[in-house]
Amino acid sequence: MAQNLVALAGNEAVAYAFKQARPHVGSAFPITPQTEMMHKFAEFVANGEVDTEMILVESEHSAMSAAIGSAAAGARTFTATSSAGFALMWEMVYVAASLRLPINMALVNRALSGNINIHCDHSDSMGGRDSGWIQVFCENAQESYDTALMNFRISEHMDVRLPAMTNYDGFIISHTEDALYLLDDDTAYDFIGPYQAKYALLDVENPITVGPLDLTDYYFEHKWSQMEAQKRVFPVAREVMSEFGELTGRSYDFFEEYRLDDADLVMVVLGSSAGTTKDVIDEYRDKGVKVGLLKLRLFRPFPVAEIVKVLAGRKAIAVLDRSASFGGFGGPVFTEIRSALYRQEQTPIHNWIYGLGGRDYDLKQVAEVIEKLQQIAAGEELQEVNLLGIRL
Amino acid sequence: MFNKAEKIREKYIREEMWPSIFCTGCGIGNVLSYTMRALDELKLDIDRCVFCSGIGCSSRLPGYIEADGLHTTHGRAIAFATGVKLAAPDLNVVVFTGDGDLAGIGGNHFIHAARRNADLTVICVNNFNYGMTGGQVSPTTPVAAVATTAPYGNLEEPFDLCRLAIGAGAPYVARWTVGYPYETIEAIKNALAKPGFAFVELLMPCPTGYGKENEQREPAVAWQWYKENTITRGDLGRLDPEQRAANRKIVVGTLWDVQKPEYTARWAEFVQSL
Repeated sequence: MAQNLVALAGNEAVAYAFKQARPHVGSAFPITPQTEMMHKFAEFVANGEVDTEMILVESEHSAMSAAIGSAAAGARTFTATSSAGFALMWEMVYVAASLRLPINMALVNRALSGNINIHCDHSDSMGGRDSGWIQVFCENAQESYDTALMNFRISEHMDVRLPAMTNYDGFIISHTEDALYLLDDDTAYDFIGPYQAKYALLDVENPITVGPLDLTDYYFEHKWSQMEAQKRVFPVAREVMSEFGELTGRSYDFFEEYRLDDADLVMVVLGSSAGTTKDVIDEYRDKGVKVGLLKLRLFRPFPVAEIVKVLAGRKAIAVLDRSASFGGFGGPVFTEIRSALYRQEQTPIHNWIYGLGGRDYDLKQVAEVIEKLQQIAAGEELQEVNLLGIRL
Repeated sequence: MFNKAEKIREKYIREEMWPSIFCTGCGIGNVLSYTMRALDELKLDIDRCVFCSGIGCSSRLPGYIEADGLHTTHGRAIAFATGVKLAAPDLNVVVFTGDGDLAGIGGNHFIHAARRNADLTVICVNNFNYGMTGGQVSPTTPVAAVATTAPYGNLEEPFDLCRLAIGAGAPYVARWTVGYPYETIEAIKNALAKPGFAFVELLMPCPTGYGKENEQREPAVAWQWYKENTITRGDLGRLDPEQRAANRKIVVGTLWDVQKPEYTARWAEFVQSL
């Protein structure tokens, strides 16, 4: 199948994916580093390249509210934000998932205030990990584009009907020009398919009320339905990713295994840091160190069974978190992985919190972690939760 | 008439923060200068002043001033400032904000603070777009003006910020462009002296954002536009009724100045009465 090799920044790449989904409605408010994504989309609308009603709302709270209204009315809907914008959406983020509205959002990861910082970390998306959204993290522009396309299919699947966020690292991916393949518009749209509304407000023959009072009687059961829907993401995502692989030749899974087959030492990372990590892993492999990477893509729902299968029995695992859980035992990815591996063979699992507020994640830091992993595998007792690349 | 620029700079500005982030032709540096001159003229103690701001180019100002500052989140400067004023009514609380920060994401705080009438001085730099994030349509972008999110022109009606402030109950409202230094400094002085919610809107070019899209990319051209497209309240009054009705220029001057009980004073009285 013909694909066009182009050079685009991550924001533009995702704007293309959103355009190709032909959403009926989009709403957005400017926030760095998401803004170019919205510019690009507004340009598509203005040039008549996509027939989307674009609402330039007055805040992110309004952006998500408008998206909820639109999705409840039966329209394919998208929005995009970052950092404080996502935090301001907070109330509505939970409502979107609770109402089972398959809204698609680009969350261009950026540190939360304060102090004010515009650079990448995952504290924004990690705040939304319990909100009921599907969360996928991407390594580069190609993966962000592909994920955005696939997320429409997954979130809108009748077994799922959940909102989905495509997470990609602010500036590192959003603003960096990258080479990637784009599908042509029709192929991409055919892959996603036309939107099918379920319980749309505009179905006047079958009027419904969305979001009314739900107290001790049925609220709990509605939360159960969200939990069940999250579980149904796994088979649906598998199916969608496999179909996408056949279409494009680019295969994805819940996570990527890099030189993991015989690895004694494993690093776990999300997002763009995977590239840097792979480079250093190659260096250590050349030296005969059996180290590999698990790049986690699907964070919500968390693919616990598959992760246990891959990680159980390793000699030492390092989980890297690009966000902190203040006062908690390690970062959110660490907590999740460690909890998943409980009662498996006693693999030591350590945590490194790194890259907060865009602090560069460099080759030396990866090497530092691999060196520590070797010491841990050799039986040394090291601190379980550590900071990487901090200046103290 | 006023102290020399070097003296103002030495007295009030954080030298280590220089040079500023502002683009060539931007007027925010002037707003800083005018505000410091107004403070100096009134002989206000800078140690008794707090400068609050939200997000945007103008919201960077508190960082340049050698005084207490509170740089907050997008749209919330007035809400934070209200908290400061209520906790310490003796302080002079100044808010630097922009059109997007004040009337877009922070619109609700703006109207409620005007209604409540706590003693705040709100200086709004209006450059008709979200400048810092790259020139998107804001709530003051004129109809048909081009923005990065409206490449063929804006469809939405803009706010008249001063009318909004007056309608919401602010007792002092003035509008100038940064091309009127002395009048602007007088307006800021009046606003600082006003016991209550005082609002000063300063129209200002943004050559990098709004200007680039709307034939005001050259700073000299942009500043000229603001001269040519504004009329003082006095000059408007001197026009004959027909001309006045046909006026399409933006009216600048003191637009509203009334006496109203100030909130923290009323609060203190209320507590005394209980």
